[in-house]
Amino acid sequence: MLALILLFPLLGFLINGIWYAFFQSDEKAKKASAQVTGAIATGAIFCSFLVSLFLFIKLQSLEPAVRYFDQIIFSWIKLEGFNLNFSLRFDPLSSLFCMVITGVGSLIHLYSIGYMSDDKTPGKYFAYLNLFCFAMLVLVTSTNLPGIFLGWEGVGLCSYLLIGYWYDDIEKAKAGKKAFIVNRVGDLGFLLGMFFIFSVFSTFEISVIQTAISEKSALSLFSTVELTSITIICLLLFVGCIGKSAQIPLYVWLPDAMAGPTPVSALIHAATMVTGGVYLISRLNFLYVLSPVAMEVVAWVGGLTALFAATIAIAQTDIKKVLAYSTVSQLGYMFLACGVGAFGAGVFHVITHAFFKALLFLGAGSVIHGLHHEQDAFKMGGLKLKMPQTYLVFGAAFLAICGIPPFSGFFSKDEVLWKTFSSPNGSNILWVLGMLTAVMTAFYMTRLFSLTFLGEHRANAAKAHESPKVMIYPLYVLAFLSVIGGFIGVPHFNWLEHWLSPVISTAGFEAVVPHSYEWLLMALSVLGASVGIFLGFKTYKNFSGIDPIEKHASGLFKTLTNKWYVDEIYEFLIIKPLLAASKFCWKIIDVALIDWVVLGFGRASFWVGQSVRPIQTGSVQFYLFMMLIGLLITLGYIYVAVV
Amino acid sequence: MYVEPWLVLSFSAIIFLIGLFGLVVRRNILVILMCIELMLNAVNLTFVTYSTILQDLTGQMAVFFIITVAAAESAVGLGLVIALFRTLRSVDTKNISLLRE
Repeated sequence: MLALILLFPLLGFLINGIWYAFFQSDEKAKKASAQVTGAIATGAIFCSFLVSLFLFIKLQSLEPAVRYFDQIIFSWIKLEGFNLNFSLRFDPLSSLFCMVITGVGSLIHLYSIGYMSDDKTPGKYFAYLNLFCFAMLVLVTSTNLPGIFLGWEGVGLCSYLLIGYWYDDIEKAKAGKKAFIVNRVGDLGFLLGMFFIFSVFSTFEISVIQTAISEKSALSLFSTVELTSITIICLLLFVGCIGKSAQIPLYVWLPDAMAGPTPVSALIHAATMVTGGVYLISRLNFLYVLSPVAMEVVAWVGGLTALFAATIAIAQTDIKKVLAYSTVSQLGYMFLACGVGAFGAGVFHVITHAFFKALLFLGAGSVIHGLHHEQDAFKMGGLKLKMPQTYLVFGAAFLAICGIPPFSGFFSKDEVLWKTFSSPNGSNILWVLGMLTAVMTAFYMTRLFSLTFLGEHRANAAKAHESPKVMIYPLYVLAFLSVIGGFIGVPHFNWLEHWLSPVISTAGFEAVVPHSYEWLLMALSVLGASVGIFLGFKTYKNFSGIDPIEKHASGLFKTLTNKWYVDEIYEFLIIKPLLAASKFCWKIIDVALIDWVVLGFGRASFWVGQSVRPIQTGSVQFYLFMMLIGLLITLGYIYVAVV
Repeated sequence: MYVEPWLVLSFSAIIFLIGLFGLVVRRNILVILMCIELMLNAVNLTFVTYSTILQDLTGQMAVFFIITVAAAESAVGLGLVIALFRTLRSVDTKNISLLRE
């Protein structure tokens, strides 16, 4: 039963993939329509969603201690004294992720049918989309680290394929390459962490590691060496998470990932891929809680990323770039939550973020579709009248991400901020970081919203048209979820925390400040969001083509537009030296040294051949004469030797 | 009439050397073939002589073999010469060096 969740997307991938590869890839072949291929892909992922839902309901009836389904698919690696199965586990944590991936994934697939209707190769597109979901499902259901790594690499591959989907455009192909290479840096950390785990625990199975640790921690038998190695493991795995979940310093690939089709951005940012890092840390929370150092690092990286990305988002004009930096910023929140020990709050934010960010991206996609691939928010404006439905749902997502109650974003963001403030691992500075980010988030989202939908029509915005129904309906579903999604984690009636309790223990992270503060903080975060929104509306009310911030602080604005010049710094510090080193290896070591030696052998034998060539006269008589002399010498030698 | 064996052996040795000399110095293929015949027959003579001296018929048997092989060899050799002449219009070994370059 459990395997079906994975099987459906895989099947969809195979059908569309084989169909495309063998019957449509030819230049002259008739291409399947987006409707047919899209229906197959959407159907596949939706079936997977139904299975997840069914298993999720079945899970409710089990006792908390045994609340999981296990299934061994096949024996993967079998060696003397080492056995690795490809096995799956469906427990409270993975059930939530499965439902988000397949649920939001289905809506994105459905939406893609409309968005990709005039694409040339929809078969390929939908095959990749299914494979993407499959890889992500492998990531969240595997019981052991190699299985997770398989999914981890799978989403990396699919992101590369989909970001560079329109590879005719060299910039887009480069963006795909960048995503892949930057992810590779993180993957190295993951891989090393995995090996380290094996060397310490001699197993890859997460449940076995957990048992080993819980037995020990009951007796507090950890030696300093063991604690150090656990810290190293956690930090190495976190490097993997930094890469996959786009945190400082490896976040640079995510904004560039906007080169892909917009539904792909929605899929990467909301349902799959970037949440992988949060999942991994939540899954291994029992390891992380043993290492205060690693927790501290996670929290700080998360908090700083949240603030840093929010500042960049303020000055971007591309509607998708703003959303991309907001994703990086929101992911920072999730890691902040994980870092202060509130893994449940991190997962909560993953879920609500999946709803409203998918909605934001798909709404932006609808705008881009309606404006014939115009992405510059400065060239929009006044779309409220032209695209009333998109306006409505985008508004819901906008309020959700700003954190206005009772929209979903409010609950999860508030939970994160409260835990940051109250947890023994948290601190006031981290809370201030989070709070500043919240204000900025409200500000830049208001800016985007105002520039896009309000005010006067600019450029060609007057010619915009509303998107087809197949694109609008998924938006309504997501809007509904964005509005009510937060109620799974209402403070004091926190269903989510309770549900996750078999996997994520909250012991040791109880609030150290009085609960009365919670209401105060809640009021503060609403106030912060309101201030941000107010400022945003005030600043961009009479927008006239030049950003007001640019008018008043052009230097700062320029720095922010250029993303703090991080790409340029990387170019200078890493890419240039790397290219120079590669060029040295190529020109000096390879061409000048190795090639010289290898070609030298060739040249030497050629020279020897040339110099002994004259003795081959081609005259039969000469050969005969030589034969005779040889014969005589041989005979003479025998004569001398014998007699 | 009785002939001294050493006379016969010397004679055959001389014939053999004449053949060998011709083989090395002459350029006409027909002559080269004739020289080979000469050498073969010199060997035959030696065989027969030793057969008589040693009173052993094996030597004479070898002679028959050589005569047969020599006949076959001259048939093939002359065939080759004809083929060569057809392609090269020459039977001079100076001109038969196609494999040199």
